[in-house]
Amino acid sequence: MTHYILLAISAILVNNILLIQYLGNCPFLGTSKRMDTATGMAMAVVFVLTMAGIVTWILEYVFLKPFGLEYIRTIVFILIIAALVQFVELFLKKSIPALYAGLGIFLPLITTNCAVLGVCLLNIQEEYSFLEALVSSVAYPIGFGLALILFAGLRERVLVGRVTARRKTDLTLVEKRLRERYTIGRVPGPLQDVAIGLVMAGFMSLAFLGFKGMI
Amino acid sequence: MVEALLLMLGLGTLSGVLLGIAAKAFYVWEDPRIAEVENCLAGANCGGCGYTGCSACAAAIVAGEAPVSACLVGGPASAAKVAMVMGLEAGAAEVLTSENTCTGGHRAPEKYYYMGISDCRAAALLYAGAKECTVGCLGYGSCVKACQFGALSIDPKGENIPIVDTEKCVGCGACEKACPKGIMQVRTPSQRILHMNLITDRLAPCRQTCPAEINIPKYIHHIKKGEYDQAYLTIMERNPLPLSTGRVCPHPCESACRRAVGDDEPVSINQLKRFCSDWVFDHKMPVKIPVAPDTGYRVAIVGGGPSGLSAAYFLRRLGHHVKIFEWMPDLGGMIYYGIPEYRLPKAILHQDIQRILDLGVEVKTGVKFGVDFDLESLVGGGFDAVLMSIGAWNHASARIPDEDKVKGVIPATIFLRRQGLGEPNPIGKRVGVIGGGNVAMDALRTSVRLGAEKVYCLYRREVKDMPANKVEIEACHHEGVEFITLCTPTKFITDDEGNLTGIEYLKNELGEPDASGRRKPVPIEGSETVLPLDNFILAIGQNTDSSFVQKEGTAVSRLETYRGSIVGDPDTHQTAISYVFTSGDCAGPPGLLVAAVGAGRRAARGIHKYLMGEDMAFPPTRLRVDSRRMRGHIPGTIFDTIEGIQKTQRASQPELEPGSYERQHTFAEVDLTLSEQSALEEANRCLRCCLTCYDPDVPAW
Repeated sequence: MTHYILLAISAILVNNILLIQYLGNCPFLGTSKRMDTATGMAMAVVFVLTMAGIVTWILEYVFLKPFGLEYIRTIVFILIIAALVQFVELFLKKSIPALYAGLGIFLPLITTNCAVLGVCLLNIQEEYSFLEALVSSVAYPIGFGLALILFAGLRERVLVGRVTARRKTDLTLVEKRLRERYTIGRVPGPLQDVAIGLVMAGFMSLAFLGFKGMI
Repeated sequence: MVEALLLMLGLGTLSGVLLGIAAKAFYVWEDPRIAEVENCLAGANCGGCGYTGCSACAAAIVAGEAPVSACLVGGPASAAKVAMVMGLEAGAAEVLTSENTCTGGHRAPEKYYYMGISDCRAAALLYAGAKECTVGCLGYGSCVKACQFGALSIDPKGENIPIVDTEKCVGCGACEKACPKGIMQVRTPSQRILHMNLITDRLAPCRQTCPAEINIPKYIHHIKKGEYDQAYLTIMERNPLPLSTGRVCPHPCESACRRAVGDDEPVSINQLKRFCSDWVFDHKMPVKIPVAPDTGYRVAIVGGGPSGLSAAYFLRRLGHHVKIFEWMPDLGGMIYYGIPEYRLPKAILHQDIQRILDLGVEVKTGVKFGVDFDLESLVGGGFDAVLMSIGAWNHASARIPDEDKVKGVIPATIFLRRQGLGEPNPIGKRVGVIGGGNVAMDALRTSVRLGAEKVYCLYRREVKDMPANKVEIEACHHEGVEFITLCTPTKFITDDEGNLTGIEYLKNELGEPDASGRRKPVPIEGSETVLPLDNFILAIGQNTDSSFVQKEGTAVSRLETYRGSIVGDPDTHQTAISYVFTSGDCAGPPGLLVAAVGAGRRAARGIHKYLMGEDMAFPPTRLRVDSRRMRGHIPGTIFDTIEGIQKTQRASQPELEPGSYERQHTFAEVDLTLSEQSALEEANRCLRCCLTCYDPDVPAW
């Protein structure tokens, strides 16, 4: 049991997929501007990765390994993950419309997410047993979600870009209040938006390095 | 190898079959219009509409949550297609376009030599940029880089200012966000109408001075390039009566012209306005004036004079339904019934007015406020706001005993109105007019044309103190009017039947300067002189007939008045009754046509903000210039000296030959339009000033 807990902690914190392994950086920067999109993305990754981890593990040990076809593993996984995501999307749309609406555009977007493919490949590389692969497939996306949501919380509080008069009217009253209360400070023009985002991501990554000694 | 191929094929087929089955098994009925709508969208997945991707946008459109014009990139073409799918009217959704408001570029002097990153935002971090002008374009093209659609270009070898290709601009606002100086402004036509001059704007001195806030350098630049329709449209953004203004405006803008500072004559701005407007009408150029989608609000305008027409025009363009109620048979107010035919032909004025009415403004003539209708009936008739622009049609008293009893004494308003209505207007051989304003000049010159042999202008100060336009006074001289200055009429001399035979007046001397800075005239005792006259015309001022407010128990009695004028806020034009606004001559001392036009736009802004429930007050950065006294300009923009000016000849005003039959005896228009040749020469005299920099004739730096 301890083994699995350690495995989970290692996947969530010590080897965080975003901040330590640097996988899945595009959604990390792209969907972290607002908390609600970040939450949606995190949920979608947990959902898809759990499914993909199980299916690819089975595929590896049922088809690829017995026939000595490990060398086409990557391409097979891409195909399988893409098909799986499409299938899941169809299924959710029919059976759980609420979850489908919650995940929204992010479900199809992570079809080719490198974090998803990366974890599936890691499971095989580390020669995990089925149970270990299952734990890692759940724990890694939780780490992804944790980093993403923390990051979104930070980015929301930094004024990203000059708020023009027209943009201000687009914000809801709650958002306006939040901005007024939590905005840390104005970012100089050339550093605005993605630039300051990358700087912040770097600092967060340094902070996560602190977990290195835990296990 | 074969196994690998087989596996891939097998997996592919399996996935395909499974997905195919799943698509059938998990089929969810979805509005087929979503897919159709999505095909009409730009497909860029840019998120400009505020939805995550084009399919989400399409779903929102079909659900009715987003307008058919939601797709910014697709623009009107996409909106029309979507509207067809949805079976809706596209409606002319207002188009957002970007505009560059700085004409500085290379000519703007620099404080230091900047060698940093070629980016405006970086350059602006160092002492707000290298340009001496704090609000000018830095020229590193951050806006060009920000534009995803290639609509912006900047030529470092040319003027070095961004040029907007309006065909490509989708109004996404990226350039505005990228510009650290706020030069790129992405606005709808309505937002541009509602914009008042601010001290933070890049305004040439003439543009600051114009009471209607017309973008003068821009339209003259269009004339320079031969784009007369664009010049006309630029004027129409601020002044819907360019043909009329081009004829009668005393052009305060020209007094602020920077060319005049450099020991030269100012650019003949008003003649250029007249030239391009005349050109557009004479050549029947197609002109398209954008009108915002209907708001559903209805506004009643009481009085179809210049400010009423101006307000009607701008309110209609803002999307409101407007109806004008006019008590005279024709629209135009004082510029129809007060300004004589030889200065502003009625046919010309009709063209101006028709252009306004063509936008869909309703008119009802021959009904008088307080008699045929009042506030209660307007509100009951479904009007959401009322603008009182009833003008100033009553004459002020000259305080001469019996002035309303003696036969032959006529107020100028009645004299000119008769002429305007085409009624018989008999006048004697010897006519005196008291007053020194434009109305007095109109009465003098009309009398000349009606056959008076001796026409006298009586004024209590000297000719140089007259408030009338200089050209008008000159024209009076040309037409043989005799000026009797420094006089105060005291008594009418009549025959036995009460007909006027002459007046007695006292000579004046000038005393101490009064509040207006002019020396106060003081009558000299015992200097009585008699002047034989058949008619005496009073042209010493007008006031508003607001007697309807005295009627007890009516809504309108809540209006405040001061000396006849209806009191309203000078910015928002709102009166004591929240839904009633006032503008033009009836809102204060009677003034210029161009001031009434400007007031009409301010009133339209006030009414629009009131109807839409927006903040009505002007921003604290509002620029307030006193055009008459040339005060209140943006500090540092009015120069004492100017470099790089070469003296050039100002285009002279072509006019009918003084002394000719047409000039003396008919009402044919006296002042003529510039020829294209001289208009282009005159336009080239314009320095295309901005806030502080300008195009010198000879480079000074």
